[in-house]
Amino acid sequence: MQHDPSRTSYYVGDDFYQSLVDSYSDWQTDDSEITDPELRDICRRLLEKEARLLEQNRLDDWLTLYVPECVYWVPATPHGGDPRTEIAVCFDDRRRVEDRIFRLKNEFAWSQQPQSRTARLVSNVSAFATGDDNILMVRSTFLTTEFQAGDKRTYTGWYGHKFEFQEGDWKIIVKQVNLIDCDQNLRNLSIIL
Amino acid sequence: MTPDDSFNRGIPAPFSSRFDFNDLIFEDRVHQSIYTDEAIFREEMRKIFGGVWVYLAHESQIPEKNDYVASKLGLRPIIVVRDLTGRIRALYNRCTHRGATVCRHTQGNAKSFACPYHGWSYFNSGKISGVPWPDGYADDFSDPKYNLAQVPRVQSYRGFIFGTLNPDMPPLEEYLGGVKAPLDDWLDRHPGGTLSFCDANRLKFNGNWKLLYDNSADGYHVIFSHRSLLAMENRFVEKGDEDKGMAYYKSSPDNAPFYVKVFENGHHYKDKRPAVDTSPGGLWSIEGPHPGMEHYEEMIREKLGDKAGAVLDLASSEPVNINIFPNLHILGNHVQVSQPISLTETDTTWWGTAVIDENDDLHGCVDAVNALRMRTQESFPNFGELDDLINFEQIQTGLAGVEDEWVYMHRGLGIPDRIKRDTDGYLIGPPTDEVFLRETMQVYKNLMMNDPNLIIERDIDAVFD
Ligand code: FES
Ligand SMILES: [Fe+2]
Repeated sequence: MQHDPSRTSYYVGDDFYQSLVDSYSDWQTDDSEITDPELRDICRRLLEKEARLLEQNRLDDWLTLYVPECVYWVPATPHGGDPRTEIAVCFDDRRRVEDRIFRLKNEFAWSQQPQSRTARLVSNVSAFATGDDNILMVRSTFLTTEFQAGDKRTYTGWYGHKFEFQEGDWKIIVKQVNLIDCDQNLRNLSIIL
Repeated sequence: MTPDDSFNRGIPAPFSSRFDFNDLIFEDRVHQSIYTDEAIFREEMRKIFGGVWVYLAHESQIPEKNDYVASKLGLRPIIVVRDLTGRIRALYNRCTHRGATVCRHTQGNAKSFACPYHGWSYFNSGKISGVPWPDGYADDFSDPKYNLAQVPRVQSYRGFIFGTLNPDMPPLEEYLGGVKAPLDDWLDRHPGGTLSFCDANRLKFNGNWKLLYDNSADGYHVIFSHRSLLAMENRFVEKGDEDKGMAYYKSSPDNAPFYVKVFENGHHYKDKRPAVDTSPGGLWSIEGPHPGMEHYEEMIREKLGDKAGAVLDLASSEPVNINIFPNLHILGNHVQVSQPISLTETDTTWWGTAVIDENDDLHGCVDAVNALRMRTQESFPNFGELDDLINFEQIQTGLAGVEDEWVYMHRGLGIPDRIKRDTDGYLIGPPTDEVFLRETMQVYKNLMMNDPNLIIERDIDAVFD
C-alpha cells in the first residue's frame, strides 16, 4: 500500500533510523571526496538555492527541494547521536516539517511575530561518494544571522546533506544541522536552519 | 560544621534589601520590582537558591562510581558526583586556593579533579590530595579547610537529587510534602517505577526566572499563547472527530473536569487526567502527529493485540504538570529544569526521559516505545514552549515601564465556592485559576523576609540529614 508521507509516517521506523545512523557514520573520508568540479558545482548550487529560499521565507518552495520521505534533523549532541535513544533539537519527518511550516505561517505563532529576517552563508562545500552513484553526502559550513525582536543572533556549524538523484534531479533526503553549540541552551530557535 | 570554627562560620548576607516585601506582595498583585530589581535577584540567589531544597541533577546522569555532572545551585557552579564510595556529593566547583573552577567539563568520570591554574588537586570526595611543591608551605594541608567546599545537605527522592545550604530546612521528603504523591504516580506509571534521562531540548529566554515558575500551573494562557500549536496539531482532524493535544482547554476549561492543586512550600500540580480518557490506549488516541507514529503503532498492535494500548500510552505525553519550587517541573514526559543566569536571563532545559524495561513488561516493545517517545517529547519544546518564552521576554520588556507598578494574579479570588480544600487540606481550583500563583507568592514573600544562615561543609565525613 502506498502511504502519503504528508499525512502518515510509515517510513520512519527501525530500518530508516538505522540507515540514517549508518549514512552519518564515517562518511567524510579523503578517499571518497569528489573532485569532479561539475558535480561539486551541482551540490553547491543546490545548497545556495536552499539558503536563498529560506532567506526569502519561501518555505513551500524550499520543501520542493526535498524528496517526499525526507528528514530535517538538528542533533542535540555534537556527535549526532542516535535519534532512537536521544532527544534532538529538531527531528522532523515530512509531515512534521509541513507542521512546522504550517505553524510558521500561522499569525499566532508568537515566537515569529514579527517574522525573523535571516542572512545565510553556506561555504566550504565538500561532496563525498557513497558507493551508490545516485547518492551523495555533502558537507558544508554555515553561518546564519537572524534578526528577531530587535537584535541579531547567529547560528553556526556545519550541514551534512544527503542528496539523491531522482527523476533527473538531485534532491535532498536528509539535512543534518550540526550547530557548534547544539548542546547549549538556545534562545527562540523558531526558524528553520 | 567544619572543625575549625574560625573558617566558614556562615556567610554574612552581602546584600540587605532596601525593600519591605509587605509593600511588594499582596494577595491579588505583586510589584514589578520583584522581576526587575538587581538587589532582589541577588537576595533570591541566597534565600531561595541556597535557602530551600534546590533540584541539582538526576541519578541516571551519574550511574557509576566517579561519574559526575556539572550543575548549579543558584549561580554557584557545582559538581554533582558519585564519589569513590558511591556517596552522592555536590562539590563547589571552585578551587580552595584562589578560586578557579577545578572541573571544566559538563560530565564525565573522574576519581579526582586537578585545578588547571596551580595544580592543587582534590579527590572526588572533595578532600585535598596534594599541592605542587608543598615544601613552600608552612602547613601540611591536613586541615579540612583546604578541602573543596561542598553543599552540606544533599538528598535524593526517587532519583531526583536536591541540595540546600540551609541547616534549618526540614528533610527533603518533608519539604516536598504533598507533591510527592503526583510525582510517585508519574514515576509509577513506568515499568520499575523509574526512568533514564536521554538528552534534552535546551532553551533560554531573556527574562526573570519567576516568569517561568508563574506559568507552570497556568491553565489560563494555553489556548492563547499556544494557539498556533493547537491549530497545527488539529489541522487534519475532521469535524466530529476527537481533538488532539491540549484541545481540552478549548471552550470553557473551568467547567471541564480537571483542576489545579496547591501544596506546601510553593509546589503545585495541574492534573489534566480527568479531562482525558485514561483507559488503555486513551492517551495515545489524543497524541498529535509524530514521526514514526503509524509505523510503530502498527508494529506494536500487530505484536501485542489487546495489550498494545497500554504500551502505546507510555509513548504518549502524561497530561500532568508537577511543579516543585523553585526549579523543577515534571510535565508530560519531560523533566524540565529552570536555571537563573542573571536577573533577566533564564535557561530552561527539558530533559527527555526514556522507559527502562528490565522485566520485559512491554513485551519486547521498549525500543519502539522509546523511539516514539523521543519524537513525542520534541514536539512541545519546538512548537509550544517557544511561544511562551517569547511572552515571558515580552513581560520583561513591558515591565520596564516602572511607574506602572502592579502585576495582577487575582483570577478566582473572592468568588464564593470557586476554590475548595481537599481532604488533606490542599487548595484545589479550576484549571485557569491563579490560586497557585497567589499561594506561591506568599511562600516567596515569607522566604524573602527571612535571612537563612547558609553554610558550606568541608569535612568530607560529615553527614547531615
Ligand atoms: S587557583 Fe587552583 S591551584 Fe591556584
Ligand atoms: Fe504554556
